[in-house]
Amino acid sequence: MTYVSDAAIDRLRAIGDAPDFSGTRYEVGEALGRGGMGLVYRARDRELDRDVAIKVTMWATATDAERLRAEARTLAALEHPGIVPVHDVGRLPDGRVFTAMMLVRGERLDVAASSLPPPDRLRLFDRVCDAVSFAHARSVVHGDLKPSNVMVGSFGRVFVVDWGGGTTEGYMPPEQTGESTGISADVYALGALLADLTATVDPASPFRRPLRSIVARATAPDPAGRYASAAALAADVRRCADGMRVLAHRETTIERTLRLARAYRTPIALILAYLALRIVFIAWGGR
Amino acid sequence: MGGGSGAFPATRPSLVRGLASADPAARAAAYEALARSYWRPVYVYVRLRWRKSPEDAQDLTQAFFARVFEHAYLEAYDSAKARFRTFVRTCLDRFLANDAQSAARQKRGGGVAIASVDFARFDADLAEHARSDDPDPERWFYREWVRALFADAIDRLRARCAASGHRTAFTLFETYDVNDREAGVRTTYAGLARQTGLAVTDVTNELAWARRAFRAIVLDLLRDVCATDDEFRAEAHDLLGIDPS
Repeated sequence: MTYVSDAAIDRLRAIGDAPDFSGTRYEVGEALGRGGMGLVYRARDRELDRDVAIKVTMWATATDAERLRAEARTLAALEHPGIVPVHDVGRLPDGRVFTAMMLVRGERLDVAASSLPPPDRLRLFDRVCDAVSFAHARSVVHGDLKPSNVMVGSFGRVFVVDWGGGTTEGYMPPEQTGESTGISADVYALGALLADLTATVDPASPFRRPLRSIVARATAPDPAGRYASAAALAADVRRCADGMRVLAHRETTIERTLRLARAYRTPIALILAYLALRIVFIAWGGR
Repeated sequence: MGGGSGAFPATRPSLVRGLASADPAARAAAYEALARSYWRPVYVYVRLRWRKSPEDAQDLTQAFFARVFEHAYLEAYDSAKARFRTFVRTCLDRFLANDAQSAARQKRGGGVAIASVDFARFDADLAEHARSDDPDPERWFYREWVRALFADAIDRLRARCAASGHRTAFTLFETYDVNDREAGVRTTYAGLARQTGLAVTDVTNELAWARRAFRAIVLDLLRDVCATDDEFRAEAHDLLGIDPS
């Protein structure tokens, strides 16, 4: 009897649901992960001699398949540096729909951000919001924003992947039933993403309390209490990173004083230096 | 393939159901076929989880199957409480904890030998191959059960390919999906095409054919060792990630 190693067991289990790409231009390699609507594989495009990522949807009815193809066409029209470009869409002999897209080489957002100081994390988050906001402006919502769906490539380039999936628990707003998604749901998920990214910010950091207020507003239980858009959320995050007043945060007098002192420390230092010189000068002249 | 119901084996009486047959011959046949699926996981479980010597493990494995047959243990299975393989492992643990010594003595004295099994080959495999050391006995037993199921399916696929003129498909399948590769070495369709003298598209098509056939055989075997359709669907989902209708 054939001996089947542990590694072979894993391979054979994976091919149970492996898509049949015979007759296509793609040579499918290992599974990269499971997305909202199916598995994602590394593949080789033999025609263009390049690696791509291919998402193969779960088993779908003909109606579902047509909807998925329509979604792929919509995504292909989104030309933004933070949105993974779609190269191809098609249907396998077994009826499943596949989407070929750029293979992103990088690491998950939470992994990439873990070694960065708070302002740099906020800048990465800002780029995520920018991509999502761009899609929202074209009536496309993501539906499953979470750390594993945001990749950071070389030079800090951010890619939002796996558009059109179902929302993951923890990033799902309370009003969502699992099928309905919208801009407000994406804003909620962005807030949860921001909470993850900033969970380890030093409690003594001046960013801490304003960020908590931003997260609280983005993830408000009532959609009406959230930011109206991803762009509005991003703008508040940028204010926080730049030391300006955060709209979602009600500052105490002490906080405002300290913030202004940090924001204007250079002119304040110059004025203090000038005053000190004046005092010295007056004291010297009075002798 | 895959999503269509036609891809799955036609329903036929499962071997587990055959255990409850009123016909003694049908019942014995079902029992023997079922035991054949479980020889390997049971033996490996006794050897490694219960740390028995090869000689003791051989005796205990045969004694276990003889005992459960004589006492109709498996016929008491209730599909509402657990999956069948979990039930088998639970019976095995109970047997090893309570009845093993006396049953083994009885076996040596002339118990029922259900099938001829190549235990030496099992031990050679155990010595040669590293295996996961999962502390959960259920997961551990499941792994061995899957190993036996896949090994059986591969052997059947080999025979089917030889009989139907698909030897190349089997060779490609064995090379790409079954045989282990050296660390860092990636087998590609282009590499296989060079090795076999086929076009890459032919490699893709042959491999796809072999995988479809393998999946169908696995589902066939799986249906045999499941007690109910619900259990079959659940096992198929867990094992292959598919939902046969």
